[in-house]
Amino acid sequence: MRVEPAAVKASGWGWRHATRKDFALRAVDFAIRPGERVLLLGASGAGKSTLMAGLAGVLGGDEEGEQEGSLTIDGVDAREARGRVGLVLQDPDSQIILERLGDDAAFGCENLNVPRSEIWERVRESLDLVGLGALDLRRSTRHLSGGQRQRLALAGVLAMKPGLLLLDEPTANLDPAGVQEVHDAVRQVIETTGQTMVVVEHHIDVWLDLVDRVIVLGRPDADSLSGGVIADGTPAEVFASMGDLLAEGGAWVPGRAIPDYRPGTRVIVEADDTEALPADSNVDSNKESASAGDQSDIDGFGNDVKTVAAKTAGHPVLSCRDLSFGRGTALGTGIDLDFHAGEVTALMGPNGAGKSTFALTLAGLLRPIDGQVLVAEELAPSPNRREPIHWKSRELLGRIGMVFQEPEHQFAANFVRDEVSIGPKSMGQSQDEAYRTADRMLERMNLTRFAKANPYTLSGGEKRRLSVASMLAAAPRILVMDEPTFGQDFRTWTEMVRLIAAIRDHGSCVIMVTHDEALVDALGARRVMFQEGSEA
Amino acid sequence: MSESVSIRIAGAGRDSASDAAVKPAVSDVVTVSAQDTREDPLKPASPSWFVAKVNPVSRIIGALLLCIPMFFSLDLVSATTALGIEFVLLWIGGVAPWTVCRRTWPVWIAALGSFISVFLYAKVSGRILWSVGWIVISEGSFPLALATAIRVAAIAVPGVILALGLDPTDLADGLVEILHFSPRFVYGGLAGMRMFTLLQDDWRALGLSQRSRGLGDGNAVSRALSQAFGLLVLSIRRATKLATAMEARGFGSDAPRSQARISRLKAVDWLFYAICLSVPLISLGVAIATGHWRLAFTGGA
Repeated sequence: MRVEPAAVKASGWGWRHATRKDFALRAVDFAIRPGERVLLLGASGAGKSTLMAGLAGVLGGDEEGEQEGSLTIDGVDAREARGRVGLVLQDPDSQIILERLGDDAAFGCENLNVPRSEIWERVRESLDLVGLGALDLRRSTRHLSGGQRQRLALAGVLAMKPGLLLLDEPTANLDPAGVQEVHDAVRQVIETTGQTMVVVEHHIDVWLDLVDRVIVLGRPDADSLSGGVIADGTPAEVFASMGDLLAEGGAWVPGRAIPDYRPGTRVIVEADDTEALPADSNVDSNKESASAGDQSDIDGFGNDVKTVAAKTAGHPVLSCRDLSFGRGTALGTGIDLDFHAGEVTALMGPNGAGKSTFALTLAGLLRPIDGQVLVAEELAPSPNRREPIHWKSRELLGRIGMVFQEPEHQFAANFVRDEVSIGPKSMGQSQDEAYRTADRMLERMNLTRFAKANPYTLSGGEKRRLSVASMLAAAPRILVMDEPTFGQDFRTWTEMVRLIAAIRDHGSCVIMVTHDEALVDALGARRVMFQEGSEA
Repeated sequence: MSESVSIRIAGAGRDSASDAAVKPAVSDVVTVSAQDTREDPLKPASPSWFVAKVNPVSRIIGALLLCIPMFFSLDLVSATTALGIEFVLLWIGGVAPWTVCRRTWPVWIAALGSFISVFLYAKVSGRILWSVGWIVISEGSFPLALATAIRVAAIAVPGVILALGLDPTDLADGLVEILHFSPRFVYGGLAGMRMFTLLQDDWRALGLSQRSRGLGDGNAVSRALSQAFGLLVLSIRRATKLATAMEARGFGSDAPRSQARISRLKAVDWLFYAICLSVPLISLGVAIATGHWRLAFTGGA
């Protein structure tokens, strides 16, 4: 399959969403020659996705926003260049349109009025190119893996034979195997078709071998015509001159050292970390019955961090005994694991292995199919009630916190500040006290300026920080996190690592589901691998 | 997914604090059941080999042909004849009567419900046998109740069986190509329907997160309300993303659109219509011939 590559030209281009006062981006100038492969970078908020949507012609008409300058594909206004541009987006769930694999890949061709016989020819060719050629065209799209879904989306776009291929963080939601699959599929595609490509991605190293040019967008200034393109050149040139700025803006610049927050590297626990984390008093009001345990090792939470290491040598704060977990059917059985205070445990393994289900079971949210999840006696509401699944919802507060993979699943208030104060309030703090705790957490998470905003209006990284902040406000001794660094840019990532280290060094037990090797290394976390068993 | 599984502790357990500087190795392994990697079996388009050959649009038209004439009569004979013919036809079409009963159980509950309400509350006909408050049981109650119940079954049973296994994509193709519905409307709706599975997951996650945030103890109604609001917000966000993905693939313009799949009526569809129409015609004919026919909406003959 050979495609006529498209030329792209932006001249003084800018876009303002109808609902916003300021331009999302302005004064963008560049010319991309046919067949060039461009990596588009910029801090979050620089308008990368808006530019991609503009190139794809899906920004909408005059009622959706205001455009200035021009953006053309082969000399034609991008809004009129239907079919010349194909866009693959980040979320694998929302890009599958039809139930059957072949129908989904054919959808774009139908919309371009491609004759029927040619549609199926193109569909087969595209699916072959992305490595899905072996699958039955009638197969349901429902049970495809994330990597397969993204490759199917790529095939659906490819079948439209666009001269310009746009990839907007296509691998941000995938596990490492999925990232590799999509990368290889894209390489296969562009080598075969010779298309022009523009890709947006925080993880630069994923695409470095496929791009020959890097364009960096600056954050636009409200009043002036600044912003636009702040760097443009080969990867080597741009990273040499802009490396620090890009890392500051959140990009994962290749060859940059990953911070070391392993246990024992106490330097990182700065004074403000300890102060900003909720004090022990938050929990006490909720701990009516944990009287005997107050002197135990668990209670080292607010104490001098230097003593933590010694205390973790004691018995586990959370353990599973002969545990079978799953929703309905057991995914794993007979599991015995211990989790200790002051320790970070990473649950790792392929997507779909059941790590999230296991995490929810540990967090007292899903009922074990068999066996037990047991919390240390001192931490339980009463010594004979050690199984968190039998606790009241309120009793989980201050004991076990769960940060969900999708922050939006967690939001329950209309304002950021209220969102964070929910936990402390439920634990018996007065409104003022709860707000004080919330403000401390927001300050710590660099979210203070959003205190009055609606949680849903925050960016991805901000939402993630908010969901962590609102869990930490309840000062849980055991914190379970599902993919805390999923799709995060470098800056949010670094903050998250620092924060998890601080929580650990306060003597809390952190359990996280993650694919992120760098995160596990940075924290020196203990690894629990989920592996699929053989049928034997 | 049901394979039993064991856990193997690979390492000696947790690293002690002194090992912290060493690059951590995998300390434990949890073995989980293998993910189902085999291909999904293709689901048959209908439990009946005959109905499976018929265009999905015809299945809806056929169901209408079957049931609309049945609304105009109210007697036991036409209802029973229709139900009898339907069972025989379905049997010939490859669905045994017990399968029909098993797969249409909600219909039978509805039929029982209508039997009870008609039996207890119907208009008085003949001598009053028993009455308490609103409840009046007269001589005519039992036959009328029975006729109603059987009629409910005769109308709903074929409808349910015809709908079983109906593929939404094929139906959408039929609606667009045969009935010339707007493709924008039909395929937009079709894509939206796929979101339901995602929303089910969202709903579950919202419930769990309420529990983990200490909000799970209160009154169930207010909890469900706030959960429903969360779901609404999430569904709008999902819909927006889906709309962008569809637009990026050229959907939603007024330009002409081709169809990758052919959906047209064949001879078998016309045969199917004839069969569907014959059921009410025969049963009404039998009722008229035997003098049992009663027109509905007239208040009784």
